[in-house]
Amino acid sequence: MSAAPEHAPTMAKMSLTERLAPHAPILLVIALILAGLVAIPATSSWLTLTVSGLAMGMMIFIMASGLTLVFGLMDVINFGHGAFVSVGAFVGVSFLLLLEHMTGAPNLLWNLTALMVAIVGAMTATGVMGWAFERVIVKPVYGHHLKQILVTMGGLIVVEQLIIVLWGPEEIYITRPEALKGAITFAGAALEKYRLVAVGIGLVVFLAMRWTLRRTKIGLIVRAGVENSEMVQALGYNLRMVFIGVFVAGSALAGLGGVLWGLYQEVITAHMGNQTMILVFIVVIIGGLGSVEGCFIGALLVGLMQNYVAFLEPKAALISNIALMVAILMWRPMGMIPVVKAK
Amino acid sequence: MLKTLVSGDTPRSPILLAILIVILICLAFAPFLFPGVRSVDTAARICIFIVLVASYGLLLGYGGIVSFAHTMFFGLGAYGVALASTHMGRGFDALLVGSVAGAGLAALLALVIGLFSLRVRAIFFAMITLAVASAVAVLVSQLSTLTGGEDGLSFKIPRALGPAFKFMDGELFGVKANGKLLKYYLVFISCFVLFLLMLRVVNSPFGRVLQAIRENDFRAEAIGYRVVHYRVAATCLSAAIAALAGALYAVWLRYVGPDTTLSMEIMIDILLMVVIGGMGTMYGAVIGATLFVLAQNYLQNVLSLAGESVSSLPLLPDLLNADRWLLWLGVLFILSVYFFPTGIVGRLRGK
Amino acid sequence: MSEPILKLEGVFTNIAQYHILQGVELIVPRGEVTMLLGRNGVGKTTTLRTIIGHWRAHQGSVTFDGQDITKLPTPAIARAGIGFVPEDMGIFADLTVEENMILAAVSGAIDDARLQWLFTVFPALETFWKKDAGTLSGGQKQMLSIARAMIEERALYLIDEPTKGLAPAIITTMARAIKELKDQGASILLVEQNFAVAKALGDTANVMDDGRMVWSGQMSELATNAELQERLMGLSMEAH
Repeated sequence: MSAAPEHAPTMAKMSLTERLAPHAPILLVIALILAGLVAIPATSSWLTLTVSGLAMGMMIFIMASGLTLVFGLMDVINFGHGAFVSVGAFVGVSFLLLLEHMTGAPNLLWNLTALMVAIVGAMTATGVMGWAFERVIVKPVYGHHLKQILVTMGGLIVVEQLIIVLWGPEEIYITRPEALKGAITFAGAALEKYRLVAVGIGLVVFLAMRWTLRRTKIGLIVRAGVENSEMVQALGYNLRMVFIGVFVAGSALAGLGGVLWGLYQEVITAHMGNQTMILVFIVVIIGGLGSVEGCFIGALLVGLMQNYVAFLEPKAALISNIALMVAILMWRPMGMIPVVKAK
Repeated sequence: MLKTLVSGDTPRSPILLAILIVILICLAFAPFLFPGVRSVDTAARICIFIVLVASYGLLLGYGGIVSFAHTMFFGLGAYGVALASTHMGRGFDALLVGSVAGAGLAALLALVIGLFSLRVRAIFFAMITLAVASAVAVLVSQLSTLTGGEDGLSFKIPRALGPAFKFMDGELFGVKANGKLLKYYLVFISCFVLFLLMLRVVNSPFGRVLQAIRENDFRAEAIGYRVVHYRVAATCLSAAIAALAGALYAVWLRYVGPDTTLSMEIMIDILLMVVIGGMGTMYGAVIGATLFVLAQNYLQNVLSLAGESVSSLPLLPDLLNADRWLLWLGVLFILSVYFFPTGIVGRLRGK
Repeated sequence: MSEPILKLEGVFTNIAQYHILQGVELIVPRGEVTMLLGRNGVGKTTTLRTIIGHWRAHQGSVTFDGQDITKLPTPAIARAGIGFVPEDMGIFADLTVEENMILAAVSGAIDDARLQWLFTVFPALETFWKKDAGTLSGGQKQMLSIARAMIEERALYLIDEPTKGLAPAIITTMARAIKELKDQGASILLVEQNFAVAKALGDTANVMDDGRMVWSGQMSELATNAELQERLMGLSMEAH
């Protein structure tokens, strides 16, 4: 019998693919932007579209982040999320119309103040609504996905109809605040001022969420809860309160998204929330349920894709996003940055 | 013999049986019992939606699969007939080709979606079907040259089904004996046959395996049933039947459009009917569809009456506005999910 | 003899349609290490999970320090003074070791003195402090799991098979940690398949079979009686 071979472990440097893999999602965004640069003939158009895409992506992220956290943490699917978007838009617009003297003035400070008031109003309204929604509609159906889907859709219908009762069936047109109208030119491209503001707000929200989740104890509780809510409770934390908090926060964020989206489109209808939900779902799926970072990247991808393709071939825009979703799911069936559940 | 007709799936409740018999008689003799364009139209809609909702119930109740792509299949059948009639000219052959093509395409699409569902969680699947169905709806309304776009397509159906065709002189029990009567009976009989077919499927060994899978798919797989195959088969069958319902709808309206056949509202309507009637029962589809379509048509009248009586009060008239019937239906829907988790049928059967 | 810290009386627990616990009687004396032994599948983990509230007993009572905790929600039970180290360790892989520990310090910030003490018991904890818990090896995760339960003083620790699949050196560390806990005055209910560890640590022993307790007594008595071991647990433990 021969002796065992000498113990000589081989170590190979990680291949390029292995080293890049953890950063794949952000690289995808960069790849898409570069693809856009190649596909779109004029660089100035590309720049405009990229900014539009990022702005749209930010707004969708804001709307989607609440949904993905609620599902990740509470295992609750809220098909009525769009209702909060719509309500946020209507409440926000109502405030803006009230403050017309401030939005009408060509004073950036006044405009932004009015916008802030509208945002705070919208987020408060949708936050309260979220609290009520959770208690009345969601809480009785914890743990039953099918019933959640049905009941939250029912809630969506009721809320949409109530919007029509309170604000009338006609769509409401809203113009952007004076100082935010128009565009600035940069490198030969027209960049709408409002869209730049939207990108800014989106970044702030993302960084704030990231900071809360990574640097605060409540953020730790949420992240741990998404992974293993049972163990978090066994440590001694009452997750019920945390659930309600996350749901309310998610609803408030949807409201914020609604205000921004409404100003982006410059018109609001009771069904607008529902319409945006298609893209929101695509983003949540692409990003991975429960992951804020995944949601952010997914939203940027969808926003960029939507704008690039709409420019090149308008009819293919939504289909291209479906194709993107399919492609990503083929690659990572749980989404780009899935949260590994202990269940 | 009656038992074999319904494949052994009896109502199991005298009240339910009575209600079903009443509905059957009303639908069977609708042109004679309720003459008038609007009521016959309502009856035809009820027939078609019974089939559509039952096919969804097959998927949801027996297969345990939540999908939002059902309206897409409905639309495929409808557009199949419309396009066939437009390009082949009016005639029964066009109807046949259109229906078969629509059903075939629907089954194929269901197969693709079904195979894809292997890789993703049930929740993802539901969301994906929602996204795909919306995309298709948008696509159809954008490809106007092919599909007539937002305005849809009007087309001609066989002469034999039109008002000009008289198969008998004079009247039959007070109703003109013309093609319109034949058209109604085409719809009614087709729907009746499809419904019985579904009862057969649901009560066959295949149906029982589906139910076993719904209860505990782990165990079913362990026993030896390839869960995936059964689920995919159920999805394809359900899709094909939905497409056939769509084809009938197109024939009835002589028109297809994105909002009549592909909109999300129809999907929500289906969910409402499924829940109110009784999830996962065929008879639930009958009750749910009947209630819903009647409500859709006549609730608005009720609401206007109620609205008028409180017109002096604030806010109430807006809530009771006839156009807000969906609001009340939504409330009823939410209450049904809570208090009637087994639907009206479940209640009547004492569950 | 003071009041036992934990008492289970006539506990029946069902999981779906499975009747797991069929009238469990258990007494955990104060300040001792109480073993819960038995073959696989007899209900040891279910017993622990019932105590901490993850499963609900539908009959019987669980009394902790004189308080009836049978119907309390899990967070309340934990805050009453029970620490839980589950069989699957319950590590939050997405969080760092540090964050796992911060989270475990439920009442507020981490007590630094206590943390330093934990570092002496589990040196690997300090080494991997900033690493994602998911990248730790099995043994390190197990250490983290116990350390997490220990960061704040608890009256009772429920520990489920801490040495499963671990190398002997780490088992020694684990046993030492449990001993130190006992020296601090805590009570421990320990589920263990490794009889050597059970013999070394256990003061009292309880053997389960088929969802109920079939033998309770002093560990010393069980350890020296090979015939009793064979009868209760199906094979001679001396072989381990």
